[in-house]
Amino acid sequence: MNTEIKEIAIEEGSEKNSLFREAFFQLKDNKSAIIGFIIIVGFILMAFLAPWLTPFEPNSQDISIRKAPPFVSSHILGTDDLGRDLLTRIIYGSRISLVIGTISVGISLTFGIFIGLISGFYGGWVDRIVMRFIDIMLAIPYVLLTIVIVALLGPSLVNAMIAIGVSQIPQYARVVRASVLAEKENDYITAERSLGASNSELMFKSILPNSIAPIFVQATLGVGNAILSSAALSFLGLGAQPPTSEWGLMIASSREFVTSAWWIVTFPGVAVLLTVLGFNLLADGLRDVLDPRMKD
Amino acid sequence: MNKDILLSMEDISVSFYTHRGIVKAVRNLNLQIKKGDTLALVGESGCGKSVTAHTINQLIPMPPGKIESGKVIFEGRDLLELDDKEIAALRGDRISMIFQEPMTSLNPVFRIGDQIADVFMAHYNIKKEEALEKTIKLLEMVKIPAPERRIKDYPHQLSGGMRQRAMIAMALASPEPGLLIADEPTTALDVTIQAQILRLIYELKQDINMSVLLITHDMGVVAETADRVIVMYAGRKMEEADVYSLFENPSHPYTQGLLNSLPSNEKYAGANRLEAIKGTIPDLLTIGNGCPFENRCPHAMPICRESFPEETKLDDDHSVWCHYTGEKDVSQSSKGDIADQEKE
Amino acid sequence: MLKYILKRLSLLIPTLFGVITIVFFMIALSPGDPARVMLGERATAASIEKLRHELGLDKPLYVQYGLYLKRVVKLDLGKSIKSGQKVSEEIRDHLPATVELAIWAMIFSTSVGIFLGVLSATRKNSWIDFGSMAGALVGVSMPVFWLALVFIMIFSVKLDLFPTGGRMNIRYYFTSISGFYVLDGFITLFKSGDPKVLLSALHHLVLPAIALGTIPLAITARITRSSLLEVLNQDYIKTARSAGIKEKRVIYIYALKNALLPIITVVGLQVGMLMAGAILTETVFSWPGIGKWLYHAIEARDYPAVQGGIIFISITFVLINLLVDILYSVVNPKIRLS
Repeated sequence: MNTEIKEIAIEEGSEKNSLFREAFFQLKDNKSAIIGFIIIVGFILMAFLAPWLTPFEPNSQDISIRKAPPFVSSHILGTDDLGRDLLTRIIYGSRISLVIGTISVGISLTFGIFIGLISGFYGGWVDRIVMRFIDIMLAIPYVLLTIVIVALLGPSLVNAMIAIGVSQIPQYARVVRASVLAEKENDYITAERSLGASNSELMFKSILPNSIAPIFVQATLGVGNAILSSAALSFLGLGAQPPTSEWGLMIASSREFVTSAWWIVTFPGVAVLLTVLGFNLLADGLRDVLDPRMKD
Repeated sequence: MNKDILLSMEDISVSFYTHRGIVKAVRNLNLQIKKGDTLALVGESGCGKSVTAHTINQLIPMPPGKIESGKVIFEGRDLLELDDKEIAALRGDRISMIFQEPMTSLNPVFRIGDQIADVFMAHYNIKKEEALEKTIKLLEMVKIPAPERRIKDYPHQLSGGMRQRAMIAMALASPEPGLLIADEPTTALDVTIQAQILRLIYELKQDINMSVLLITHDMGVVAETADRVIVMYAGRKMEEADVYSLFENPSHPYTQGLLNSLPSNEKYAGANRLEAIKGTIPDLLTIGNGCPFENRCPHAMPICRESFPEETKLDDDHSVWCHYTGEKDVSQSSKGDIADQEKE
Repeated sequence: MLKYILKRLSLLIPTLFGVITIVFFMIALSPGDPARVMLGERATAASIEKLRHELGLDKPLYVQYGLYLKRVVKLDLGKSIKSGQKVSEEIRDHLPATVELAIWAMIFSTSVGIFLGVLSATRKNSWIDFGSMAGALVGVSMPVFWLALVFIMIFSVKLDLFPTGGRMNIRYYFTSISGFYVLDGFITLFKSGDPKVLLSALHHLVLPAIALGTIPLAITARITRSSLLEVLNQDYIKTARSAGIKEKRVIYIYALKNALLPIITVVGLQVGMLMAGAILTETVFSWPGIGKWLYHAIEARDYPAVQGGIIFISITFVLINLLVDILYSVVNPKIRLS
């Protein structure tokens, strides 16, 4: 009898693993995923290789060449109002964006998965309280929620990252919880429970790996989102502070040069656009591949 | 009896082009339906019977599907040569189809009366009021009680059996239904409702002289309703016979396996296990040119792996595609002996 | 359906309560002293203490919270530090501008979005499909305030086609009756036959509405496409086709009505998103709505205003979502008739 149950557990478990292999098959055919992946790799490389990619320093000012137009001199994308090379600032800005994305999503993932797992697994009043809290958090529009959290902590880039990370926790918690609720009902869980698996073993070793698929999509989108949110907070003066070369801050401080120096406004925005686009493309590709599975 | 042939599918092959490769769903299939006949297409899930049915009225999504070869001759015309408009004109008019899942087969946001009336308006040149009158009459014909009230209902308000009747009604909302394709019409229903629906289809068939192509995996349903039977496996035709002949003298090892796995009192009174056919269906991606049943067949021979068998005519009405049976048939003189030996 | 609505309503009060609580405490606990901000750098400690006492800031936090709750129920959101006016009045004054902008942005984004989505779904994998979806993807990848700046640079500064900001040509002497300038423009046109006000109002709306509406448009287009494609895969579409219903009817009536259900939900949510997006767009276009007001309040560390503003917007957000939910339950027969 025990061996039969073990067989069921193994068979159902391995079914999920081959789904991941199937996912890889489809992913390599998915053009948007590939393009997105390339862009992201480029972005990460740019962040790591920053000092070798440009001879200039992001914060070195030279008033004599301020507001130099692009494509004419060694300052390929021109300089800003303080004479700083724009391309260099954008390249170094990728480092900041990388950190923003990683930390924010890291916070959301960690707490979101944990909360979703516990809430979904234990159910009952724990679930109800958590869901109530999440509903309240979701009742405040996302941008305003980040503003409120940053206001609480004080305006700075680090606090902005925390605010963004915390604000996204409800989304992740919900996604994980939904997956957990679905997985919980499966036979192989009952099988393993009857074999004596403890709650935490069940949660972390069995349910979590099988609930992970939708998280990939969410997390990929989350990085792009974090970069956009950080830009918004910088615009409101609540995020990165000068002279940090954060892309959003660069756009925000460029407002006055709309008439006089279009490149100061345009290029940082293009940087944001391309980077977030990369993540969105990859997320789209992942969703195409993983969604039909998720619908089963 | 030489009834007229309504539909003839000649050498049909259908494949699906997927990320992992080409799935050969149907290969070199030949099929004929006579006027007023019920032809049952039987086989396990994935044997290609549903694909065959969908090929007739071209409901196969292409891509990823592709009709690699063959003709579908219906009333003298090759349906595969027709353009979209011509096919759409035939659908619902001369060729109708009903499906397995009545819940998902009816549009959830429209009342059923409106949906059926819509079909009438697509095939007749009438206004909504007249179409609704016809709908009520049609619902009576499919034995839905209180049809004047039912037309205002949404699909989720009806029971499974009634939804299936509504679907049958929808399929018959035309001046002269010719062929009804029923794709597993009773699989999702209770056994008792199943019987009612089958009887309904039978009666309708008699009343309006319709032909029926019945897709099913249930041999019990086949026994009750079919005139002729085709047994399919992995995209190929394995056996074809008049229904009585098939049940009395199942000649293909696969057919025998199917019949053996029916829980039937005479055979298994007292037995404690159901017989299943060992093994699983082959992967349609990598399938070769031999007999697809070879790896599960108790009578497999080396030649079975190399080539697909030719047709063996056991009778006017009964053909089988099997190397083993073919050899036995040649070496035996009387059908009766084969039948007795197989049953042991 | 009634049960469903009642259930949603019963969740409303605790949610609103929770929102007010969270926002209150987070703003109240944030660093900085409102009294000091109001009196400036050179204020004496004594005068700061006096002001704190006047503002009730020396009471324990839970007492402040209680008092705040009592006032909120009476729709009193306190006084703005910067202007001295009642916060609720300031909101009331600035609200119509935001609502007008939001309405036009929604009209733009929903109509064009659904149109492109249907086009893309029915011509799957064509150039139109590819182009629309690529455009939509780009649309959701950019910061809205950057897009607004780019619009101004190209269409206002370079091409001089549209004004750079504001709601109305400042040279037109004009008192608003309704707060909605387009409406006022029609009234003026009706009364005096003069189209200047109406035209100027519309002229000023174009860039901000398109900028604000771009991201919702992209989202609507994408979800319309995916929703319609999913519906077209359903069995009942197969049934309709097999019954001989004409393809045009299958797509635009049978499929679309089903596809619209999730679209309604998404579009409804966007109304809330729009309010948050307003804070960024209005600032760039100097559009005198709630967003711009809130921006300045944040800049000035005007705590009561920030508190009141965020609570107001959140409550509106919650109410709009509730309305959308109810609308959905009415439109979807499965819920309506259960």
